[in-house]
Amino acid sequence: MTSYTDYTTGAPAVDTKAPAGPIHERWDKRRFEAKLVNPANRRKHTVIVVGTGLAGGSAGATLAEQGYKVIQFCYQDSPRRAHSIAAQGGINAAKNYRNDGDSIHRLFYDTVKGGDFRARESNVHRLAQISVEIIDQCVAQGVPFAREYGGLLDTRSFGGVQVSRTFYARGQTGQQLLLGAYQALSRQIAAGNVEMHPRTEMLDLIVVDGRARGIVARDLITGRISTYFADAVVLASGGYGNVFYLSTNAMNSNATAVWRAHRRGAWFANPCFTQIHPTCIPRTGDHQSKLTLMSESLRNDGRIWVPKAKGDTRPPNEIPEDERDYYLERIYPSFGNLVPRDIASRAAKNVCDEGRGVGPGGQGVYLDFADAIERMGRKAVEAKYGNLFDMYQRITDEDPYQVPMRIYPAVHYTMGGLWVDYDLQTTVPGLFAIGEANFSDHGANRLGASALMQGLADGYFVLPATINDYLARNPHKDEVTDDHPVVREVLAETEDRLHLLLAVDGDRTPDSFHRELGELMWEFCGMARTDSGLRKALERIPQIRDEFWRRIKVPGTGEEFNQSLEKANRIVDYLELAELMCLDALHRTESCGGHFREESQTPDGEAARKDDEFAYAAAWEFTGTGEAPVLHKEDLVFEYVHPTQRSYA
Amino acid sequence: MARTVWDSTVGKKTVMAVSGLIMLLYLVVHMIGNLKIFFGPGEFNHYAHWLRTVGEPFMHYEWTLWVIRVVLLAAVVAHAVSAYQLSRRDIKARPRTYVHRKPRAGYATRTMRWGGVILGLFIVWHILDLTTGTVHSGGFETGKPYQNVVDTFSTWYGNAVYIVAMLALGLHIRHGFWSAAQTLGAGSRARDRALKTVANVLALLLTAGFIAVPVGVMTGVVS
Amino acid sequence: MKLTLRVWRQKNADAEGTMSTYEVDGISPDMSFLEMLDTLNEELILKGEDPVAFDHDCREGICGMCSLVINGEAHGPERTTTCQLHMRSFRDGDTIDIEPWRAAAFPVVKDLVVDRSAFDRIIQAGGYITAPTGSAPEAHATPVPKPDADYAFEHAECIGCGACVAACPNGAAMLFTSAKVNHLNVLPQGAPERETRVLDMVAQMDEEGFGGCTLAGECATACPKGIPLTSITRMNREWLRATRKAGKR
Repeated sequence: MTSYTDYTTGAPAVDTKAPAGPIHERWDKRRFEAKLVNPANRRKHTVIVVGTGLAGGSAGATLAEQGYKVIQFCYQDSPRRAHSIAAQGGINAAKNYRNDGDSIHRLFYDTVKGGDFRARESNVHRLAQISVEIIDQCVAQGVPFAREYGGLLDTRSFGGVQVSRTFYARGQTGQQLLLGAYQALSRQIAAGNVEMHPRTEMLDLIVVDGRARGIVARDLITGRISTYFADAVVLASGGYGNVFYLSTNAMNSNATAVWRAHRRGAWFANPCFTQIHPTCIPRTGDHQSKLTLMSESLRNDGRIWVPKAKGDTRPPNEIPEDERDYYLERIYPSFGNLVPRDIASRAAKNVCDEGRGVGPGGQGVYLDFADAIERMGRKAVEAKYGNLFDMYQRITDEDPYQVPMRIYPAVHYTMGGLWVDYDLQTTVPGLFAIGEANFSDHGANRLGASALMQGLADGYFVLPATINDYLARNPHKDEVTDDHPVVREVLAETEDRLHLLLAVDGDRTPDSFHRELGELMWEFCGMARTDSGLRKALERIPQIRDEFWRRIKVPGTGEEFNQSLEKANRIVDYLELAELMCLDALHRTESCGGHFREESQTPDGEAARKDDEFAYAAAWEFTGTGEAPVLHKEDLVFEYVHPTQRSYA
Repeated sequence: MARTVWDSTVGKKTVMAVSGLIMLLYLVVHMIGNLKIFFGPGEFNHYAHWLRTVGEPFMHYEWTLWVIRVVLLAAVVAHAVSAYQLSRRDIKARPRTYVHRKPRAGYATRTMRWGGVILGLFIVWHILDLTTGTVHSGGFETGKPYQNVVDTFSTWYGNAVYIVAMLALGLHIRHGFWSAAQTLGAGSRARDRALKTVANVLALLLTAGFIAVPVGVMTGVVS
Repeated sequence: MKLTLRVWRQKNADAEGTMSTYEVDGISPDMSFLEMLDTLNEELILKGEDPVAFDHDCREGICGMCSLVINGEAHGPERTTTCQLHMRSFRDGDTIDIEPWRAAAFPVVKDLVVDRSAFDRIIQAGGYITAPTGSAPEAHATPVPKPDADYAFEHAECIGCGACVAACPNGAAMLFTSAKVNHLNVLPQGAPERETRVLDMVAQMDEEGFGGCTLAGECATACPKGIPLTSITRMNREWLRATRKAGKR
């Protein structure tokens, strides 16, 4: 039997859609070269969109506006609840309203550098170009961005950059942007252009004659499993951070859509690139079901520190100034508390590993606003961060105006995802992936306030332009129906899987497996990874999977509203995806961005990239559950931003 | 436009607000008139007679009074029908109550509904008692309102019915005035306190002013 | 902490429901209310019983999915969402009643889960600004006075959880509807559709079977995002204005 670590390397992944030429002309060129669908013919084309977050919501609305028939799905009771809604800080755009030296090129540069040179230049540049249009679009929709007294838009600076290009709506930017997209989508639903299916979860992809032609989905209320057919399928189902059980993701965010697509032929790129966000509220005990993020914007005014001495248990206010270590300011004097997320997270882990962590279990560092309150006054701090402070107090029962906040890193975002070309098309023709679901433009680390930018860029502008090309070149073919042998097979597989989950009737709950897997992943595939740790995880995951299928207990039936069944079915996919994440992390023996291999670091503990070996995106091809996958490398070429060791000192 | 208004819950509330304010205005006038009873039968009866001659010579005897009566009747009917229809709708919209009931939830709504019913019944009695004299306790005499009033408040039930109704009126106005202002869009955060104060003062003045009459009779100030 | 829970159990939309009693032990005051229910459900699954169905997702108080009436109060005793309510708000030995949102327009799906799609249809009726992708002018072309922008934001904060309807003695959706009307109608971008928006949204709200407003104020008290009652007043004003203008045309 081959071990999972015995992967083979296949043909390189090639992005055939990316145009050549000067980088700032590529997007125009691609749009011009892309074939168009005659407006009169568009309503003959159906597009399935899975997910209603920033990417899915904006894509569904825009495709419907263009005249396509859209069938859209979300597992929540309303498209307004997708987890994009929880994004707090803001959205980047190269508007240069501050006249502080920002430009499209600088946003492009910052993003490529922030991603530690593991993203595709063409895509990132396009993202920076489109960023400008996104703000216009959102303002036109009535998104209530923060404004200055003159009535113009306000901006602030965010981690990892030195310009003020982040547009925000208090601490609820994601909510406001999502509601904008949701409202645009609602208009199309009312107009009959979008057929919306809330509380319906995609369980598999239907690929007929090598093209994505539909999905299998379960109505979560009645349990009915149905098929939906279309000319193209768009996955906007978000990231897979919930593999870790504890993350800042919503409880029901899951990887089923992308993982099932992967099993049907879509390559999965850079699965080990996960972002650990530095400013989350530390966990309080085993009952913890999720972690809550505190916006990164807090680092603009808050100062991060730990006691200089190990095991100092004095309350923070009793520790004198000279016995405090403001370690980010010490190690990175020019960026200070505003270093990128991966660096801030790792630094927090390091000081906690040294035994200088604070709070229960020593898993926390202080984020102190005493100086800010003194400098700006409590009123100003309240106006800027009031809702975040309230949230912190509600959760921890501590008053951050009096006592420093305690924070600790937590899994937040996944840069990896389905491999897509410049058109955002996966390796399955007709299957597109947008937003966090694709392996995206963030390389090995995403900068703050860039996820909202990417989701909306993909959904409002990129996909609606590129999907035309696919639909125009692949005119409406034969109808696919439930009688098609492929469809029957996919349906049967889905039904069998659910029946099996219900039939095991073991002695362990879905959550207990999820928690076990999550702890394993956090320990061995979390903030710092080692060869031996990853091998241990790769050995353990199949054992958990095996145990899962022997001992899982799912009450009730499949023909009803059954949240335990939903959970268990998602865990089936986590248990496979986790393995691929570990393998990817094992094979990438360099450190880059959010992926830190202890074996590859500079003498002062910084991530050491190996550009000559690993300047590629790793796209994995599925070969079977537990079977070693095939690696396809997409070489990354840097013509405009030359890789250097990132320095934020 | 009338259709839009009548078909909408917001429109019906507007109807209630406007009709309520008309009745409120009438009540203020009515109360001031009532207080004349403290100046003796001459002045009170003269006032009552004058009500019938308002607008002469342009208006014929009692025409103005009838116009007022018609407007009031329309207001009462509009108010009651809207209230009835809205209440039916509200009850249907919340078919099941909570097992665990919060003590004060729906207090205002309940007082408005039951208060409204009490006031409706009171108006019927009040007209039969002092306008037509149909259920009057003593020997009702048209054109002798002073004596009629004294007769009514010489019975315990006359006092009881009247005072209970006036307390209900106070509560009704207290929420109703403020509520009407909100329905007509006149409220705002800055104005909220002022509106509430006006509502309270109006409720208090009207209740006190109306109750003064039976109290006056009972204490012998008016006899 | 040890608690007695009385929970509304209802197999599906058509079934009769009833309150069932459960004991839970070992509850930490740091747990959120939903984590306490997770604990109960873990026990129920292992006992082979049907776990309690309840809606939840972000558990950060922003998605608006969670929805419980706890001891007669929507989202419980604190002014926040159920997911942000912590067990330290209760005392050891307490009996806690947990019920679903109650309103004709929000039929129960199962146990504590209700169908809130009526809210989506109210938004579909007019809770948007028509701005097709690509048609937007430069963002700074229309400055918005800060007080207006702040006013819009304050109303845009609504998370659509439905606590206002649950708390309203009439099952009315006025606060939800007015929040969106206020958000969009105060902005210059929302002006062209100002009249149709309020008329259509109110008509849809009525169509869905929500009750009327008696200004009891329970909605604003229950709202986890603090949408003020004056929001309703302002919507009434917008509605009257729109009706007058429509009458003139």
